Amino acid sequence: MDFSTLIQILDSTMRLATPLLLACLAGLFSERSGIFDIGLEAKMLISAFFSAAVAYDTGSVWLGLLAGIAASMVFAAIHGVASITFRGNQLISGVALNFLASGMTVLIAQNWFQQGGRTPSLLGKARFEPLTLPFADALSDVPVLGPIYSELLSGHSILVYVALLAVPATYWVLYRTRFGLRLRAVGENPAAVDTAGVSVIGLRYAAVAIAGLLCGIAGAYLATGLQAGFVKDMTAGRGYIALAALIFAKWRPWYALSACLLFGLLQALALRTDVVEAIFPFRMPVQLLDSLPYILTVVILAGFVGKAIPPRAGGQPYVKER
Amino acid sequence: MTFMRSILGAAATLALVAGTAAADPAIIFDLGGKFDKSFNESAFTGAKRWADTTGGSFREIEMQSEAQREQALRRLAEAGSNPIVMTGFAFGNVLAEVAPDYPDTSFAIIDAVVDEPNVRSVVFSEHQGSYLVGMLAAEASKSGTVGFIGGMDIPLIRHFACGYAQGVKAVNPDAKIISNMTGTTPAAWNDPVKGSELAKAQISQGADIIYAAAGGTGVGVLQAAADADGVLSIGVDSNQNHLHPGKVLTSMVKRVDNAVEQAFNDGPGFETGTVVLGLAEEGVGYAMDENNAELVSDEMKAAVEDAKQKIISGEVEVVSYYDNNSCPALEF
Repeated sequence: MDFSTLIQILDSTMRLATPLLLACLAGLFSERSGIFDIGLEAKMLISAFFSAAVAYDTGSVWLGLLAGIAASMVFAAIHGVASITFRGNQLISGVALNFLASGMTVLIAQNWFQQGGRTPSLLGKARFEPLTLPFADALSDVPVLGPIYSELLSGHSILVYVALLAVPATYWVLYRTRFGLRLRAVGENPAAVDTAGVSVIGLRYAAVAIAGLLCGIAGAYLATGLQAGFVKDMTAGRGYIALAALIFAKWRPWYALSACLLFGLLQALALRTDVVEAIFPFRMPVQLLDSLPYILTVVILAGFVGKAIPPRAGGQPYVKER
Repeated sequence: MTFMRSILGAAATLALVAGTAAADPAIIFDLGGKFDKSFNESAFTGAKRWADTTGGSFREIEMQSEAQREQALRRLAEAGSNPIVMTGFAFGNVLAEVAPDYPDTSFAIIDAVVDEPNVRSVVFSEHQGSYLVGMLAAEASKSGTVGFIGGMDIPLIRHFACGYAQGVKAVNPDAKIISNMTGTTPAAWNDPVKGSELAKAQISQGADIIYAAAGGTGVGVLQAAADADGVLSIGVDSNQNHLHPGKVLTSMVKRVDNAVEQAFNDGPGFETGTVVLGLAEEGVGYAMDENNAELVSDEMKAAVEDAKQKIISGEVEVVSYYDNNSCPALEF
């Protein structure tokens, strides 16, 4: 495997890891506040559809992004109402949203566009174009660092950089602000937070809304950044891989980045059978690479590599003592 | 009492009449979905054409999960639909179980062979059509490297890949063929993001013509090829040339629509057995229209037409993957 192949694989890793990373951070906010979120997939899917539909209608990808985020936040609000206000089972609410998104997107798309549950292809300004970082062309001849900068880091759509910046932002919010301290506390011991006079319900709604925002960006990236339009069930299980990454990362932002990059790398490797054959002396089935994220997560959960302890109050609706 | 009985009798007769009147044909679409712009959509086109020309109506069900197959089939059979057409190899085992229970219903299955007295099995010689588009790919390729992206890794898709590879090798024996499958689960038919990543990976390995036989995943492949400079794609099943005019070299069309229309026209009690639709029957072929007219030169067309005649006459034999589950031109 030569250097340029390595760059290509890492480049593909960046693209594949971005939706995982955004969804993983969304799950991180939600679960750190004590609300389990199986519905990451649903929020990404609904956002993918509305971002593509609005981008197509208006010709502006930014309006599409806003519509995607709005749709995702509506879904987050439904999850919030069901699991915070009405204290329903969070897993069931999430699963219901997944079904709802999968059916609703196709139904609305068929009604609006008559193209069989997909949106028409997006052209020009209705898509996120690759962004060339400053000096990328000038530096491309520099050995080693040049290709890394001009091919690996430059040339992605702006949402990739948003996703990468979301990691330090998440870290800062969770560990360096008062809001973050309270958010983490509400996932561990909501009664203590309530005693301190802080609204448990308000904090949890805020966390779920942030999750909606991040999933919205992830969905818009899938439909208007990576692809040029919405296709039925186009998230293809990425929400679940993001959940696996969240457990793998033990609910921490920087670990989430490395987990998502690792899972993205595994997916990117599975696409390059020639490289896989060159690395491994035996015939490695690509299916094994595809299933590795799940296998690794099970290994982590089984406690072989450190311990993954979920937020203590996760999954339990908060009932104020009467 | 007699009055009651006659009313009941009348009601029963009515119900019977209604039952026979409801003997509309039915079609079941596989997991890719009715509007996959490809295989299932082609079947739908055929059914719709039948409805438009005859003024009849038909029932349809779209599969949402593996578990629904048998249930859907039995429900249609019990509701009196006749004939029942289903698209996709995955119905093979289910139909073999269900068909003997409804001996008076005629079934037609596309892409699989079910040996029952009331089943018509329609299979296509995809390897022949793929051979022709493979020839076109090799002739249009400047880099000498061409790609193939399959959907779910099943023998049928390998059958496509195998014919394609033989066509490529027939024109350029030194050509390199990169072959990838999207996955091993039905989700592989609907993952355009992975489709375009696969296409990008193949492009970075030098491929400049990419043939997608991957249902909805192919949309992503065609998109990635259209976004890249100097890369053309080849569509599958339906004519997909119009999706990116000037960027799709051709499409390997599989006339599922004709097979469905034929089955509907023949009606209940149609002739059963295995029907093979190849180049000679116009069951498969390559698509030419105004969108790709500039991409395919007259010489290319002449060479492909020549090969087509030779395949029909038996002078050139395209090896089928099914013969011994391996391919002479491509390793999986």
